[in-house]
Amino acid sequence: MAEKKTLTFALMDAPYESARTTTALRLIDIAARRGYAVNVFAYEGAVLLPFSRQQPHPNTVHGRDVAEENHLLTKEVVAALIAEAARAGGKLDWVNCGLCVDERGAGEAIDGVRRGSPADFWKMAEASDNTLVIGTR
Amino acid sequence: MKALSIVESAYRATIEEQDDTIVWLNHAMKAAGADLAVLLRGNAVNYAVRGQDAAGLAFGAWRQTQPPRIADDIASLAGKGVTVYVVAEDLAERGLDAGELVPGLERVSRDGLPGLFAAHDQVWHW
Repeated sequence: MAEKKTLTFALMDAPYESARTTTALRLIDIAARRGYAVNVFAYEGAVLLPFSRQQPHPNTVHGRDVAEENHLLTKEVVAALIAEAARAGGKLDWVNCGLCVDERGAGEAIDGVRRGSPADFWKMAEASDNTLVIGTR
Repeated sequence: MKALSIVESAYRATIEEQDDTIVWLNHAMKAAGADLAVLLRGNAVNYAVRGQDAAGLAFGAWRQTQPPRIADDIASLAGKGVTVYVVAEDLAERGLDAGELVPGLERVSRDGLPGLFAAHDQVWHW
């Protein structure tokens, strides 16, 4: 059996603003499917990725109603990643930077997301095989 | 564990913590006991220049009374025991002399970067 690694990711971009976030979530998905212990420290705009009040919308340009459009909501992606990690025998610990949350009024996060601080990022990184920062450019 | 934070994007999001968010993050982690170093490269080497003044930001009747003082933040980071490196060639390309910088910095050449990275357990390119 392959070694179960512990990986930490630091994310910074707000939802939808950068393809870097899509790439980061795909990397986290791979780690989750492998049953790794995955830590995410969401900093700055990334704290809105699991914001629970995100809502899908219809897309008249596509001629699709809200159900047909199946809009990608990042809160649902985060929930799916947390579930996938658990299903595969691992865990996804998602920590939102608390001060970043306060500044953005983003306190309403989905279940499984917790509030933390830079000290949590340090602890997660210290306990990890490696850490990948995907910063804002 | 010893980590190296590379700061390259300069003057980005300075209104969020009224400083550079990554410099701020490193201050906070150092206060939590982290063993850190910071590397300023690219435009971020300008963070180390003394005498910057970002005061005066105003919108209508609102005034920002605590503007970013990033050079002071860099100096205080070094004062807390965080080694702050600056890439010598990036300083030279911007016409910056050592006398213009806050004290306590370590200059590193581009050729020296691989060795610097190898001396750290984790390297974070913010």
